[in-house]
Amino acid sequence: MTDRATDTAAPFRPPRNQWWDVWDQFKIHRGALAGMVVFVAIVLFCVVGPWLWIHDAGFIDIRARNQGMSWSHPLGTDQLGRDMLARMMMGGRVSLAVGLAAMVLSVLMGTLIGVLAGYFRRIDGPLMRMTDLFLALPLLPLLLVMSMLLRERLSTLFGIEMGMFVMIVTAIGVTSWMQTARIVRGDVLALKEREYVLAARSIGTPPRRVIGRHVLPNVLSPVMVSATLMIATAIITESALSFLGLGFPPDFPTWGRLVSDGIDYLQQHPSRAILPGLFISLTVLSVNYIGDGLRDALDPRIRGR
Amino acid sequence: MFNYTLRRLLLAIPTLLFIALIIFLLLELSPGDPLADMPLTIPPEVREQMRMALGLGEAWYIRFYKWLYMFAVIEPSHVLAGMTGLDMALEGPRILSWQTRSPVADIIAQRLPQTLWVVGLSYVLGVLVAVPIGVYSAYRQYSWFDQAGSFVSMVGFSLPTFFTGPLLMLIFAVWLGWFPIIYDTTLVVDDWSTFLEQLRQMAMPVFVLTLYNAAQISRFMRASMLDNLNQDYVRTARAKGMNERVVVLIHVLRNSLIPVVTVIALGIPTVFTGAIITETIFRVNGLGQLLITAIYASDIPMVLTLSVVFAILIVLFNLIADLLYAFLDPRIRYD
Repeated sequence: MTDRATDTAAPFRPPRNQWWDVWDQFKIHRGALAGMVVFVAIVLFCVVGPWLWIHDAGFIDIRARNQGMSWSHPLGTDQLGRDMLARMMMGGRVSLAVGLAAMVLSVLMGTLIGVLAGYFRRIDGPLMRMTDLFLALPLLPLLLVMSMLLRERLSTLFGIEMGMFVMIVTAIGVTSWMQTARIVRGDVLALKEREYVLAARSIGTPPRRVIGRHVLPNVLSPVMVSATLMIATAIITESALSFLGLGFPPDFPTWGRLVSDGIDYLQQHPSRAILPGLFISLTVLSVNYIGDGLRDALDPRIRGR
Repeated sequence: MFNYTLRRLLLAIPTLLFIALIIFLLLELSPGDPLADMPLTIPPEVREQMRMALGLGEAWYIRFYKWLYMFAVIEPSHVLAGMTGLDMALEGPRILSWQTRSPVADIIAQRLPQTLWVVGLSYVLGVLVAVPIGVYSAYRQYSWFDQAGSFVSMVGFSLPTFFTGPLLMLIFAVWLGWFPIIYDTTLVVDDWSTFLEQLRQMAMPVFVLTLYNAAQISRFMRASMLDNLNQDYVRTARAKGMNERVVVLIHVLRNSLIPVVTVIALGIPTVFTGAIITETIFRVNGLGQLLITAIYASDIPMVLTLSVVFAILIVLFNLIADLLYAFLDPRIRYD
């Protein structure tokens, strides 16, 4: 009897985690999938590469300077005989690390301010005025001034490289949280009026728990999309700062710095400026595609169609 | 509407004052010394006198007040006098650049045409290219044109100008030799050959910026068209038997231009701030390049004045974008 009963019943489907649905939709977006492959490849290249590659990024071999591509130096050497492949990997590490750290900082700030402004009516006005004020600040000048201003103090505090890292990440994070805050605030304002939030409030759930259990999980998808796009923006901003000579110290490779060093030799050794530029562009392009795919995958109106 | 505009304008004043104060204090704390380039043989008491002559002797709030007075009262009177030719310039000290010792407003006026020509032209071209592309790719969604257009706009949007700039220089200036590698600002356009020369040297920076602007605007245009193409009024218009051209170009296009116009208005301040990086790469001495050289030289009056001018433009065009939005879309009312 029991056997027959299980035969006739509809086949049992175990409850499926929603993230599998998201992944299914994400896979359909070909650009996003390709972007993900490229991004993972670039990250591996930069993170694992320096351990496998024989040359050190900072080793100066003045007799081997300005070499073209060869087996011992696949991307050639620069004007001081440093291996370009090793510099590219180390530069990528810095650029990616800055991009990720600035993204985390900016998304945390944006989400915090957005949730607070959306949920608590009393501080909505002041917080949004502050957001408008930050939006009106001319960003690049401000970043340049900040880098001029904090350079020395932070480098005495954390050491030169770590100090610059902290400074650039803070500078980019503090000047780029506004979009996330606006999006999150808009979503929270709408969510706050939903019945389940009302139900949670009426049984006496403190605001902290309402936000943590009911509001935050529902604003997660716009936050994730803006987080991916933020990585791209942060990498570009860091490279722009390094390019203008206001980022990390000169002997410290980052992709933006490599481009700006390479421009001086554009006529004789074009690959020196073009290759790091290509890496920046590929990273940003792949991240933007991932963001595009994620936006589609996280939108329940599109998912499953 | 009038009340709203007035309220926003009044609210803009404290915002701008606050921004000016933030930038002033940041610059105040910065370690750069404007006398760092002077010879070390200058005796300390003379050095102190030079600092006084630059106006550095007083407390910060007095200097901020003096700068504010010059910026808000004296400089506008000089600019107006220069523009109208009337004798209305007020007496009093002007904001002087520490690098050149000439008034900041005069230097900005000298640099503005280059920025407007190169960056402004690329913005106009970007809009002109982006709108038709956005419209057509939305109308033929998922066609090969749409796929190609989306890819190109994604690429244009992702490639930083400090990569496309050197790439174009390499191809068109170094290998092909079509365009000069450096922008020559001393060129005077007075006949056809110099005009052609001017066009040739503008080609690369304008192309780099046009690609970037067009990529961004066409993405907005496409998304906005797609939103509108599925609306009920489009089906109604088609059901009434209107021809497709009228439906798309009159009904849908006009409605989907509303958000795009706001985005375009919001982008106009960037025309004035100048594309700092593009101007640096191609050696166009516009406003962006002026700002970056002023920062390198710790020229505080110049950096402060330029940043505040940029902030004013941003606030102003934010307001204009909001008003345009209400003007174009009768469903939106600010009360």
